[in-house]
Amino acid sequence: MASGSEYGYNSKVEGNVVVTKLDAAINWVRKNSVWPMPMGLACCAIELMAAGGSRFDISRFGMEVMQFSPRQSDCMIVAGTVTYKMAESVRRIYDQMAEPKWVVAMGACASSGGMYRSYATLQGVDRIVPVDVYISGCPPRPEALLDGLMSLQKKIEREHSTVSLIKGRS
Amino acid sequence: MLDEDKAALTKQFPELSVRENCNYLAFNSSVSEFKKVLETLKDEFGYTFLSNLTAVDWDTPEQRFSVVYVLYNMESFEYVGVNVVCEDSENPEIESVADLWPAADWHEREVYDLFGIKFNNHPDLKRILMWEEYPYHPLRKDFPLAGKPTEFPSDDVRERMGTSVKPAPMAGGPFTAGTCGSMSAREPRAKDQSWNEKKEKPSEK
Repeated sequence: MASGSEYGYNSKVEGNVVVTKLDAAINWVRKNSVWPMPMGLACCAIELMAAGGSRFDISRFGMEVMQFSPRQSDCMIVAGTVTYKMAESVRRIYDQMAEPKWVVAMGACASSGGMYRSYATLQGVDRIVPVDVYISGCPPRPEALLDGLMSLQKKIEREHSTVSLIKGRS
Repeated sequence: MLDEDKAALTKQFPELSVRENCNYLAFNSSVSEFKKVLETLKDEFGYTFLSNLTAVDWDTPEQRFSVVYVLYNMESFEYVGVNVVCEDSENPEIESVADLWPAADWHEREVYDLFGIKFNNHPDLKRILMWEEYPYHPLRKDFPLAGKPTEFPSDDVRERMGTSVKPAPMAGGPFTAGTCGSMSAREPRAKDQSWNEKKEKPSEK
């Protein structure tokens, strides 16, 4: 295998064998079948819906299966303002998702509380769940969401999945 | 409201006084009498619709809280307001009107949640917006917009994540939207941009 490459192919080897790293194979599978769960809490969810529609078409990147059940999804897109009262539910839904799982904080509110500098609003969803990708905007355009999800795919590509399969993901 | 109706009402309730209001006719009433006034307005004067129920914190040592009722007449298309001052400024109490208008149920819960005014004989008086265990009433004038440090509402999340309710960062003042200028100038932003997390507020130097 050439150094730096994730897979190697030699036409002289009989039977069309492709050599690769286990990590690369697992990550390739995972990143192209991200099942997002829309945690739509405010206006960001409208942009999230637009990203799922035909104009922006989230399925071009292999993550169109929006699952409304945490049991069947592996990427929670927190789209909107998280209040302290809602924070418990957000965390509980995150806990119900099966490993491996990722979180995208979509928009200013989910990332930092945004314009809601108030007694009722959680100042960033990273206080209750580990966030992988933050997307700026109020609300972000669907293109920004798609870009954020592609960043997540790149992040998944770099993960050490084999280690976590044996030891458990921290 | 017709002048003769107004005269009939004030004759029936001599304590009632007209309250200065630039939008619609309004009255000052008392805690002991207001419910009868509202019932009369509803049953005899056609103000059948409870348009609004809210409260005001005047931030004064005496007569601090007043509850405001706005009624609407579907036939004459008129509003009437009734303003009731709570007697106690520390633990204000007032009679519930949820039996006259079922819609008052949630309005009274909201007023109870945010102002801490207790509505007697309410069917289910509990917080509606903040979580049950929250110890403060956020719309009172002595409560800061940023909030006060409190325990996180959920036990297990608090234990695992070690999070608590902290005052929100108020650098630059609260976010406000402008009312004039171009669309970009009207976008919500920190009111006073001369200070932030790193640069001190000029007046506190």
